[in-house]
This record gives sequence, C-alpha cells and structure tokens, in this order.
Amino acid sequence: MTARQRQVVFLVAMAGLAALYLAAIGGLPGFGHYPGAYGDVVDSVGVAARKATDVVTAVNFDIRGFDTLGEEFILFAAATGVSVVLRALREEREAPAPVEEAARRRERSRNAAVRVACMCSVGPTVVVGWNIVSHGQVNPGGGFQGGVILATAVLLVYLGGQFLTFRRISPADLLDAAEGAGAAGFALIGVGALAVGSAYLANVLPLGPSRGVVDSSGTIALISFVVGVEVAASMLVIVSELLEQTLLVKP
Amino acid sequence: MTWYPFVVVVWVLAVGLYGIVTSRHLVHQILCLAVVQSSTYLLLLAVGYRTGGVAPYFSDIPPSRTVDPVVAALCLTDVVVEATVTALLLAIAIQAHKRFGTLDPDELRQFRG
Repeated sequence: MTARQRQVVFLVAMAGLAALYLAAIGGLPGFGHYPGAYGDVVDSVGVAARKATDVVTAVNFDIRGFDTLGEEFILFAAATGVSVVLRALREEREAPAPVEEAARRRERSRNAAVRVACMCSVGPTVVVGWNIVSHGQVNPGGGFQGGVILATAVLLVYLGGQFLTFRRISPADLLDAAEGAGAAGFALIGVGALAVGSAYLANVLPLGPSRGVVDSSGTIALISFVVGVEVAASMLVIVSELLEQTLLVKP
Repeated sequence: MTWYPFVVVVWVLAVGLYGIVTSRHLVHQILCLAVVQSSTYLLLLAVGYRTGGVAPYFSDIPPSRTVDPVVAALCLTDVVVEATVTALLLAIAIQAHKRFGTLDPDELRQFRG
C-alpha cells in the first residue's frame, strides 16, 4: 500500500469515527455536569472513614487497591520486558564490567554550568521525591508520582556527571532487589490483611490519630511507600537499560 | 459550549492517529502514540469535571463539591500505562534499528527469523 492510499483509507476511517463520536457526545451529560454519585461517596468515605485527605490516593491504594496492584505489575512487567528486549544479541558484546570500561574512558568534559546545576538539584529533588511519596495520603502525590521524581534525582547524577557514578549509586543488583521488593511489598500487604481475617488488601492498620497527618490512613501510606520504591527502581532499570545501549554495547 | 472539550479530545486523537499512519520514523510514531493516549487523559478529565468543583484534596479545605476523584485516579493509571508502553516500544525500536539498520517503518517489511 502506498503512502497515498494509506492516507485515503485513514481519512475515510477517521471521518466515520468522527461522525460516530460526535453523535455519541450528544448523549453525554454536558461538560461540567457530571452526574455520577460515586465521586461524592468516595469523597466522604475517603476522608471520614480512611482519614486520608487525598481522595485520589485513597481511591488508588485502598478503595480501588486491587486494580492498582495490577497497574503496578504492568510497570514491573514493562521494566522486565525492556531488560529482555535489550539483552545482548548474539553478534554484539557487552563491555564485561561497566565500571572498568567507564574508568578507561577519558572523562568527557561537560559544561561546568550544567554540572553545577545538576549537582545542586540532586539533593532538593530527593527531598521533594520523598516528600511526595510519604505525603501521598495527605496532599497531591503518592508513590507513582514521587517514585518518578526519585528516579529523576539519580538521573541528574548521570546528566551532570558520569555514567560510572550513575552506576555506582544505582547498581543493577540493588535496582532489581528494590523493584522486586516494591512489587512484592504491595502484594504482601494484601496478604497481611488476609492473615488477620479481613479481605485481601483491606485497610487493617490503625488509621492514626487525626486526618491529614503523615501517620494517618493505615495501609494507604504503607502501600504508597512500597509503590514509590518500586516505581523509582523500575524507572531506573528502564533508563539504565536504554543508556547502556549507547554507552556499553559494542556492535 | 458543553461539547467543546469532547471535540478537542477527538481532534487530539485524530492528529495522533494521522501521525502514526503517515510517519516515516519509528520514534516519531511512538511519540504519536503518546499523543493519541493524551486524548484519553483529556476525555477522562472532561467527563469528570463539574462546574465550580475543586480538586478532591481536603487537607486545608472543608468538605466541598469536587470534580470526580475516580476519573482522576483512572487518569493516573493511564499515565503509568503510557510510560510503560513508550519505554517498551522504544526498546523494540532500538532492536529494530540494530537488526535492519533503519527506523523507517516501510523498510521493515522483511522480517528475518
């Protein structure tokens, strides 16, 4: 099929899709008039019964927790998938030990301003990341968002420094262990609820003294923490696999 | 104007799909898929929006009328899925480039075992 034919087929199909879609939105409640009562129920349940003032995190890690378990394993499977897809092919060799290879390489001179900016940002980024992970039940945030910020902090070390340093502070074994522990942690918190005679992933921990504080909301805070570890490790596994493709693999 | 955000959704979807269909570069194609997926964020948030609703966070406000927190949570799931799909497709694009020496989808017709 030529590019021209493909465009014609696409435009015909898109016109049909657009017509059906426009007909369908006529039947939707108007923008700003969402009628669902579920959100209001969750608003009151999340705050009153779970002592979590971030309702989105309460939905993700408690009320809809079982779905989020699947979501977390999607991320886990994708990080594993990237590692498998980017494994060394038959005809290429990977540098035997990343550290030795990097040590022999002449240090690439980077712009001093970039180095300073990156290095000064690492500490604040870690603080912000942990803050977002640990306050997910109180303020906007949670394990997924904070985990990505934590991974960014390690990536800043690569951007402002060397791959060698990046590898030293995030060794592959540690990343694999953290990724596995994070994913297993979520599943095991659910099993823990079974062990005390509740349903899987039920919020069985003490909810804490008052709403809107860090030690409130029971398992929501704990799950947010393990998800943060898992997401940070998965992101770093994906990023370092992609970096190794350009820095270590020799065709 | 009650339908306007939903038209933006289908516009973003159409632009992304057009990019995928006409793309001559795998990385460009993957980014177009990310555009397609952003239309689903817009759709979810547009469906859950309520006029005058605040964000569903109550750490410093009393209980009040909010936008729907359930679609916001679904949107988070959507973002995670998009990130993983993009990472996996980029990895596959790297391997395709190694094997075929090109990133033009039209040149990838001959799949070798």
